[in-house]
Amino acid sequence: MKSQPKSLSNLFNIHIRKIYHSQGSVMIEIENLTKKFDSLTAVDTLSLHVNEGEVFGFLGPNGAGKTTTVRMLCCLISKTSGNARISGYEIGNKEDSLKIRKIIGLVPDNVGLSEHLSAYDNLDFYGKIYDLTNDQRKESIQRFLEMLGLWEKRNVSVGTFSKGMKQKLAIARALIHDPQVLFLDEPTSNLDPEAAKTVRDFILELKKQKKTIFLNTHNLDEAQRICDRIGILNTNLLTTGTPEDLELAVRSRRTVIELEQVTDEVLKSLQKLSLTNLTVESNKIMFDTSDLDKKIWTVVAAIVLAGGHVNIVNVVGSTLEDVYLKLVGENK
Amino acid sequence: MRLSKAWLIAVRDFKIFGHQKNLWYALIIFPVIISVLFPIVIQYAINREPGLPAARIPSILDSFSIFLIIGASFVPLGIASYSIVGEKVEKSLEPLLATPLTDGEILLGKTISAFLPTLVAMYTGAAVFMVGIDAVTYPILGYYYYPNWTIGVLLLILMPVAIIMSVEFSVIISSRVNDVRSASNFGILMFFPFLAIYLASQIGIITLDIDTLLIISGIIFVVDVILFFVSTAMFRREEILTKWK
Repeated sequence: MKSQPKSLSNLFNIHIRKIYHSQGSVMIEIENLTKKFDSLTAVDTLSLHVNEGEVFGFLGPNGAGKTTTVRMLCCLISKTSGNARISGYEIGNKEDSLKIRKIIGLVPDNVGLSEHLSAYDNLDFYGKIYDLTNDQRKESIQRFLEMLGLWEKRNVSVGTFSKGMKQKLAIARALIHDPQVLFLDEPTSNLDPEAAKTVRDFILELKKQKKTIFLNTHNLDEAQRICDRIGILNTNLLTTGTPEDLELAVRSRRTVIELEQVTDEVLKSLQKLSLTNLTVESNKIMFDTSDLDKKIWTVVAAIVLAGGHVNIVNVVGSTLEDVYLKLVGENK
Repeated sequence: MRLSKAWLIAVRDFKIFGHQKNLWYALIIFPVIISVLFPIVIQYAINREPGLPAARIPSILDSFSIFLIIGASFVPLGIASYSIVGEKVEKSLEPLLATPLTDGEILLGKTISAFLPTLVAMYTGAAVFMVGIDAVTYPILGYYYYPNWTIGVLLLILMPVAIIMSVEFSVIISSRVNDVRSASNFGILMFFPFLAIYLASQIGIITLDIDTLLIISGIIFVVDVILFFVSTAMFRREEILTKWK
């Protein structure tokens, strides 16, 4: 059962290389990265690339190793083996670790704001850590707080903020020094739908600005809407690809054609077409197809020529959720 | 290690402390007690029958003054414990650890943020203490006992190193426990070395003169340096992120 994810990975390696060469330079390179906590393997031989300006979604169930991966990439915890580079700097190398921390921004799963300080003071503190000048800090803080609709509340203690406001402020904090890479760890978890949408919209805004983003999430819809590419992790990487390609790879789309009546002539004509997983239920015929334009109309034409009357043609696509559940389920 | 970065952390912590009334109480109560209560006790001892002989007053005051150090050793416990454990509670350490700050800069910042308010509070208390003592002893001594070299060494040399020792100890304890109260409870252990010094002076094993105070200060300074390296060694980012709950 475990062979399928590997074959899927192989399938998408071609796709990855295609993107890798077509887009800008590689910002994050991970090769066989492994993290063990005593006898527990949290991340197992993870290898992937994230290109500059790309939004990469890291999907996986709780405990899959997503946060551990981000913490390793942010040089917060050590790796057990393997290599990873951010903008060419090696994680695990002491000197490079400081350089990596200068060029990244992190929004952890707990926002980690100082609740007793105002929104302005929270951002100002981090601006000073990154050696921004007074003018740069003022300009950046005002820009982000206005963008996030928090400027009016800049002098209010963060402790009084809603979860959504805190999450937005945490993202602003991570962006205050204009990092090359932004790591977002479950940025919309525990948020109500409205707050989650606001945060998602802000991430989409960052995407338009071509910011490289590494997004940890277990929200499939969010990953599908935001990410250029997605990796599914469950201790080891199960697959990577664009959301659309993942959907296609796991299962061909299922075509359902409803007829007035399925006659023997119609069935004989369909058998000649060598359709995959052809099934007949009452007055419906169903089959898999990945080449929608070509195959469906060939089938419809064959049915009509055999004297059949077509009522409805429907294509039922597999969703990212199907992909996720299939891969994660097989990996358990 | 960049002092400017450590100072940034200290300044941020000062702002946070400003919103924590409990920390202010801890900071203010002991200096107020020392500065008001001790002159009253001396006044009472002078006025009662038989009154305190003038010749005994200097040695009594020198012994009393060690209480300023005892106070300085536990006044910062609340702040020092809060500075680390408070970050744990607010879960605000992870984004801080993801910045280019070094462990040493973070810990030095935490040390400064607990050290300076304590020093200011204790110096204020000591100033009021000296004025009060001078007011009640001048009529019997015929001169102002304070300031003198002994209290100068005690306040300017021994007190800062004592506060730092207490803060460093608290930081180490804080990195091992999960709530401010536990950290403060362990920190009270810092009280005992200075209590021992006081008792030793009372039973005549040591005299709290300038030489003795300088020797004690030197020993504590060495302990401070050791504790700083121990706290830096014990400040493991990975452990903080993966084991602190």
